[in-house]
Amino acid sequence: MPAIKLVSFHFRFSEFLQPLAETIQRIVGWSVDLEPLDFDYSYAFHPERRQYHSSQILLGIKNLSSPGQNKMLAVTDLDLFIPILTFVFGEAQLDGPAAVVSTFRLRPEYYGLPQDNNLVLQRLIKECIHEIGHTFGLVHCWNPGCVLNASTYVEEIDLKTDEFCRDCKRNLGRAQEKLL
Amino acid sequence: MSDGSRPLSILIVDDEESVRSSLYHWFKEDGYHVDVAEDAYVALEKFEHEQWNIMLLDIKMPGMDGLELQKKMNDVSNDTVVIVMTAFASVDTAVQALKGGAFDYIVKPFNPEDLSRLVRNAARQIELKNENIQLKHKIKQLAHMDEIVGKSQQMKRVLDSVETVANSDSTVVIRGESGTGKELIARAIHCHSPRRYYPIVAVNCGALAETLLESELFGHEKGAFTGAQSRRKGKFEMADKGTLFLDEIGNISEKMQMQLLRVLEAKQFTRLGGNQTIHVDIRLICATNKNLEKAVEEGAFREDLYYRINVFTIFLPPLRERRSDIPLLAQHFVRKYAASMNKPMQDISPEAMDLLIRHDWRGNVRELENAIERAMVVGKPPVILPADMPFQLAQPHEESRNGIDSMAGMEKKHISYVLAKTEWNISRAAQLLEIDRVTLYNKIKKYDLKK
Repeated sequence: MPAIKLVSFHFRFSEFLQPLAETIQRIVGWSVDLEPLDFDYSYAFHPERRQYHSSQILLGIKNLSSPGQNKMLAVTDLDLFIPILTFVFGEAQLDGPAAVVSTFRLRPEYYGLPQDNNLVLQRLIKECIHEIGHTFGLVHCWNPGCVLNASTYVEEIDLKTDEFCRDCKRNLGRAQEKLL
Repeated sequence: MSDGSRPLSILIVDDEESVRSSLYHWFKEDGYHVDVAEDAYVALEKFEHEQWNIMLLDIKMPGMDGLELQKKMNDVSNDTVVIVMTAFASVDTAVQALKGGAFDYIVKPFNPEDLSRLVRNAARQIELKNENIQLKHKIKQLAHMDEIVGKSQQMKRVLDSVETVANSDSTVVIRGESGTGKELIARAIHCHSPRRYYPIVAVNCGALAETLLESELFGHEKGAFTGAQSRRKGKFEMADKGTLFLDEIGNISEKMQMQLLRVLEAKQFTRLGGNQTIHVDIRLICATNKNLEKAVEEGAFREDLYYRINVFTIFLPPLRERRSDIPLLAQHFVRKYAASMNKPMQDISPEAMDLLIRHDWRGNVRELENAIERAMVVGKPPVILPADMPFQLAQPHEESRNGIDSMAGMEKKHISYVLAKTEWNISRAAQLLEIDRVTLYNKIKKYDLKK
């Protein structure tokens, strides 16, 4: 039975991992295993932008283990980017094995607001489920409440729920059936 | 993002692999159909095989640069929305791209929100363009001349004239008796002209007092006269780029004739109480049931205005001069009112049709339509009978060509009339005619009269 392997690197919110794993398991329906990760991510650093290239991180994570039918979800608090965009909250390989999500721009203090770790956890949960959805081949959804609704700024994450809409849930079920 | 309909297609043209790859994945996650091209030549090749809705185009590329590709693209397809990507916020390049027809430009690296909004706007633009094409197609479908019924030679000539004059911008005068369908012809001309996507505005000049007509045509500023509580556009302005239809032009006052002439000559005017000159581009169609030449002779209609508007004239024949169209028109109105009244009336009895054909129709098609509407109200489905016709119709009106009927003709008409009046009660009809029943039967047989 395939599973979601939840790993972390350069991640200060270790207390988030357990509730994150439980929520993903409940919503995605696959077991989520917390696994340690020994990972040198420095190669993905871009000195001019002072950010980390998320696509390169995904390749590194994927090469660390052969995931088979499993999905690898990494969480970090590094600032991530892809070359054409100023930043990304996270990135996933569409219909692929790996995804990465950063808390860097999920923190209210990044926007000059008071710290609120509970809010960071809620945002992290939504972004992780969103990226995991992409690894099952699901694309963005028009439904504003669906977790697969695209969020280009942080307040948009707060507007959606951490659940899949009916259509996306059906598509997720089909994608999972194929992998069994 | 996919909303369940066919996804939009996006072609990313950039020489940097990392840009192509990250944009490719970004748009794939949004559900778009995406492809990439590493240079302008590959992009052109891809356009030969497929139509792309949106092209994200890098300006600086080795070989053919983005601006040159954009120029070439305009020759191949102008249906693609081009979004230019540039690494430097160079105003010159951006202006050049926009002048070349680009939808927008964006500076690398993009803020995810900006990119999303840009593509959403482009998608909206495509949607509107497609909707516009569909609506224009619909207008074309609706613009056929189905409402103009008639197969007589006279009507064929009228319809030929409509087609001839529609494509020009010339002023048209439609002449014909009241009720012959002058407005319908004006609308047909408009619908077949290049102005068809703009409005046709109709004004009945005969129905309005001089001062009211002036404000109706030219509009007014706030406070121009008592009751002018706000600025109001006139019909001339409302018809800009379209057609202005002035019905009963022969009835306008001398002052209005002068003002109208001035607007037609200068194509500009001012609103009542205003001093701002307003330019308009309109095509004028006029209609009248008056003899304009006689009105000019009598001095009631300005000669210069007559020559200004009388570029192309269409004469609409009165209904009595195209009686062969009466059955077609009558059937058309039966179908029209059966649908609107939800009544299963299917046909007109031969006798009722005979009455319709023989009637004089001083009110032309309008009178015929009213007669059928009335018959549809009083008649019992499925067939309209002579008794359903307005009473005066049952009287024989027709005269032979030289105005005098033969004795046999008169006798036939009179017997038909009496039979209709007595609802084919032979004994009663014979009594009224003061002949015996056998003689009446013989006459019915002789003149082939049918109930």
